[in-house]
Amino acid sequence: MKRAVFKNNWVAALMVAPQLLIIFVFFYWPTSQAMYWAFTLEQPWGGGNTWVGFDNFAAILFDDLYWYSVQVSVVYAIGATVLSVGMALILAVFVDRQLRGFKAYKIGMIWPYAIAAPAVGLAFRFIFNPGAGIMLYLNDAFPGAWDPNGNGTHAMIMVIVAGAWKQIAYNFIFFLAGLQSIPRSLLEAGAMDGARVLRRMRDIQLPLLAPTFFFVLVINITDSFTDSFGIVDTMTGGGPARATNLMVYKIFNDGFQGLDYSGAAAQSIILMFLVVALTVVQFRYIERKVHYT
Amino acid sequence: MTKTYPALAALAVACFATTASAEKIKFEYWYGLTGDLGATLAETCNRFNASQDQYEAVCTGYDGYELVVQSAIAAFRAGKAPTILQSFDAGTADLMMSGEFYPVQKMMADFNIEIDWDNYFPGIKNYYSSSKGELFSMPFNSSTAVMYYNVADLEKAGVAAPTTWEEFEAALKAVKDADPARCAYGYEPSVWIDLEQFSAIHNIGIATNNNGYDGLDTEFTYNTTMHVKHMENIQRWITEGLAEIKTAATGMTSQDAFAQNICSFYFGSIASHSSVHLKGVEGLTWDVAMLPIFEGTTRHNSVVGGASLWVLSGKSEDEYRGAAEYMKFLATAESEKWWVSNTGYIPVTKAAFEQLTAEGFYSAAPYKGREVAMTSLTFTEPGPLTRGYRLGSMIQTRAEWKSEVEAALAGQKTMQEALDTAVERSNAMLAKFAKTYAGKTLP
Repeated sequence: MKRAVFKNNWVAALMVAPQLLIIFVFFYWPTSQAMYWAFTLEQPWGGGNTWVGFDNFAAILFDDLYWYSVQVSVVYAIGATVLSVGMALILAVFVDRQLRGFKAYKIGMIWPYAIAAPAVGLAFRFIFNPGAGIMLYLNDAFPGAWDPNGNGTHAMIMVIVAGAWKQIAYNFIFFLAGLQSIPRSLLEAGAMDGARVLRRMRDIQLPLLAPTFFFVLVINITDSFTDSFGIVDTMTGGGPARATNLMVYKIFNDGFQGLDYSGAAAQSIILMFLVVALTVVQFRYIERKVHYT
Repeated sequence: MTKTYPALAALAVACFATTASAEKIKFEYWYGLTGDLGATLAETCNRFNASQDQYEAVCTGYDGYELVVQSAIAAFRAGKAPTILQSFDAGTADLMMSGEFYPVQKMMADFNIEIDWDNYFPGIKNYYSSSKGELFSMPFNSSTAVMYYNVADLEKAGVAAPTTWEEFEAALKAVKDADPARCAYGYEPSVWIDLEQFSAIHNIGIATNNNGYDGLDTEFTYNTTMHVKHMENIQRWITEGLAEIKTAATGMTSQDAFAQNICSFYFGSIASHSSVHLKGVEGLTWDVAMLPIFEGTTRHNSVVGGASLWVLSGKSEDEYRGAAEYMKFLATAESEKWWVSNTGYIPVTKAAFEQLTAEGFYSAAPYKGREVAMTSLTFTEPGPLTRGYRLGSMIQTRAEWKSEVEAALAGQKTMQEALDTAVERSNAMLAKFAKTYAGKTLP
């Protein structure tokens, strides 16, 4: 493969400098601060902090409720990713088949991504309100069938649906682009050999979509660990009985509401390493099965 | 909406006034009250600014106490803190430990502004004072918890307003007997009412070291006190159908359930008095009474809730002078009366309360009944166990109580187990708080 190389390194450095500066200011600097706080006990109003080594991490790792929060986050990540990737794939395939009105669909499908997470949460809170709207009919027919305020599983389903809904749009764009980059000739050849729609999908489109699929998977899992805050905050506030207390929401709660800056900093460091580790694992083990054309 | 417009208009006028007289010395004031109460607070700023040609309060509202405190902390660390901060009880311990404030009593003395501090109700003053009696923050919006009851329901059931928990249970049964479909008691877990107010009026502590006043090595003890029995009673009432859980999460808060004439009893802050009036449906007859106590115990004073005004450190002398003028303005009986009649809060000085009573403020609707809060708050002189709570990590420890009580009410564990867990987890937080401020003592 031929590589494009800058002859003049100074020009190259100048080009990347703004980007590096931004990364430094908005990523490395805050991370180093969080790292420092995680090993100290920070007084909220300033006025000094004490070095405590790994105490903050030990306190978190020996806390049952922290592990419960991890467990809840994993459930959310898997649920939201499977649902959003699955739905987006189906929708993208339909649009790619150029069914009637697909142009309108295409635009409509992209819009939800432009909506901020808290707004999504608010909208879905109305949709899933057990005492009003469509869910009221369900509860009238089967009393107690839908109770996100008392039942942790229901609350989790509600949060997953809202989170997945927002993410579908993003995945859809990538899947559609992926599908449209598959040469028509391949599909036509398959059709001439007698392969029907589903067969063509399984043997031609999905394998060729693997790189897109992998990219979307990494982004979705990362996103569900870090970006779920707004939805949880507006929909459940982490409840009932901590059933939707995702890791990122717990960090906000402990740090900003509870003024436990050090504990929250330690939790964000753990979360950061978790997301990094997950991404590494995905690249090492899943990417091997992906063939780039 | 109609209420907001005058406030907005006044704000706009205030803005123009600012540009017109730029030589006024400005100071920042951040508050956490929202909605109607926030608009009323903004109005006190406008009233102050209109009365002043030297100083100007620049008032900024935040969406809740927690947010205003965390914003002030962030601003403080960046050197951009406001001069006056409205902070709630749960933020008190951190502020006191930091020492980053200008004690209001000292500030007023430094600027030679005469304030009769003995005029303040001891129950209110003590809450915001150091253990040595120096007032640290300015008492402002104060409240306490009371029992709201439906007069018609109790008449129909043939019982009087209960003064003890035993009578309360009998009243619940009587209401249910009179009308089995009625929601007798709309219950909403409230750590402030069920634990803090309950313990104060029974003169029992919730934590060692006199509820934290005497040192940082404090531990919670409420899993061993009468509080357990009280919570077990509530749980039993719910299982027996005498009480129903009414929270925002179940679709209707206990306050709304009471105001909409669905439940006969509701426990809440006296500050909700005006809300119940505004929301009350046609035909609702109601009154308030002091919280019940257990038979065989002696009633003590309840504790004050709400928020107070802190003056933060690191500001200029001019800004402090402005803040002092604002406090002086607030401390007048006239300002206080204006604040009390436009909100549901209680007067913080004896003079204002006496004046209001003399003017007949408390003898007619819609303000009749609010004096119950004063009776409750001043029932006895505040003692070591009833002057308040000086506990670190209060937001988190309160949340622990709530989560565990919810778990018990959902049937996941017994109430005793739940409270034991809450105490154990909260103690770890107190220990961490003490460690954060190692070597320091509460002022």
